Amino acid sequence: MANPQTFQFFNRGPSPAARLVFFVVLSLLLMFVDARYRYLESARNALSMLVAPIQQLATMPGKLLHQAGEFFVTQHGLVEENSKLLQQHGHDAAQLSLLQSMQQENQQLRNLLALPQRSEFSAQPVEILYAERDIFKRKLLVNKGEDAQVKIGRVVMDDMGIVGQVTRVYPRTSEITLITEKDHAVPVQIVRNGLRTIVFGAGDTSQLSLRYMPISSDIQNGDVLVTSGIDGVYPPGIPVAKVVKIERDAAYPFARISCLPLAGVDRNRQLLILSDLPPLPAKPPEELSPGAGMDAKTGGDD
Amino acid sequence: MPYLSPSTPELQRPVSNTFIVTSILVALFLNALPWEGLWLALRPDFVALVMLYWCTHAPLRVGIGLSWAAGMLADVADSSLFGQHALAYTLLAFGGVVLHRRLQMFDLREQTTQVLGIFAVTYAVYALVHWQVSGYMMWSYLLGCLTSTLLWAPLSIMFRAMRQARVERE
Repeated sequence: MANPQTFQFFNRGPSPAARLVFFVVLSLLLMFVDARYRYLESARNALSMLVAPIQQLATMPGKLLHQAGEFFVTQHGLVEENSKLLQQHGHDAAQLSLLQSMQQENQQLRNLLALPQRSEFSAQPVEILYAERDIFKRKLLVNKGEDAQVKIGRVVMDDMGIVGQVTRVYPRTSEITLITEKDHAVPVQIVRNGLRTIVFGAGDTSQLSLRYMPISSDIQNGDVLVTSGIDGVYPPGIPVAKVVKIERDAAYPFARISCLPLAGVDRNRQLLILSDLPPLPAKPPEELSPGAGMDAKTGGDD
Repeated sequence: MPYLSPSTPELQRPVSNTFIVTSILVALFLNALPWEGLWLALRPDFVALVMLYWCTHAPLRVGIGLSWAAGMLADVADSSLFGQHALAYTLLAFGGVVLHRRLQMFDLREQTTQVLGIFAVTYAVYALVHWQVSGYMMWSYLLGCLTSTLLWAPLSIMFRAMRQARVERE
């Protein structure tokens, strides 16, 4: 040290306060960039390679318990389950044959009306690794990622209905945001009368809500909501939720309607990721208002 | 109770790096266990606990920088915002480093009350950031602050016994 006034025996680097300020500013900056622009996904992927082995290890106790449970299943239980499944299968097969004949009929009608055919989509089975690791979020982690061609935005369902959407893809795992996540929207249709609306996640409970429905709208308890397929993200006709509570208060312009999701996220470990959804035909170009021709460069900012 | 007395009088051997790194990895592992529902709310933040322990017992080795790095790993593991845990752990480490002399003068019961304050700030900052970003609060999240504090004394006793065992082995 040149100046004897500031001579230090033990050089310990910057003071704690200086470090505090540095790292706090760094964290705030990172949070801002991540929340606003999502530039940091590649860094997140790289760091996830470090954390992934620990996470894999952490799912082991649960898996072992599950396997041990399977090992000690009694024959009586298996026979019972088998007969139940056979019964279910018979029931489903009858429904399926009905569905096939209806599908054929539907296609013929669509041919007659010259409407485009509803196309099939394929589904990829995945297994849940974790359910909601963060108490604030309605999210799941499943065991397939980039290596299995999972893409962001894919729709996830189980045997009962829509579960959510893929929102982040890691090399070996991917993250699914449930439809009950705060403000997650799904365009739906009421089966009974075809009324179209949008269902939102409530966030703090595992419920959904229908917002902006006038008090006079025709909705009843027990109505089933299915996807309407209008957005081009969700294929049409998949069950989403069931209306459980309607509050019609004349003081408010809109009714308060709560729904419960039909998919059993906490009941089973297997989910399906839908892929190869038919792309929607391209949107027609928006008509430019007179005099707006100069703004063409700022028009496509979505 | 020898453990309830202040820990300063005896001279302790420096902690091995392996011990520190292993303890952080084990804490990440414990956090990653599939906790669900109410258990998730009650889950102590093991990483925060371990970082606070090292910040108060080895402040020259483990400080704000390492806590920040552990926070980044926790962010990736929890898929929270980049820097959310890191910010909370930075404040936690600052509290630990600044207060480490005072904490060492106290016995475990008094330490626990001090530690509660540090954890409260850490949890509040994390919740505040979440509230700012997504607009709602989960009050049950703050329960974790209490369970983390309750684990402070068992963790201190355990780590001390493990360090002691190492000294006796050599």
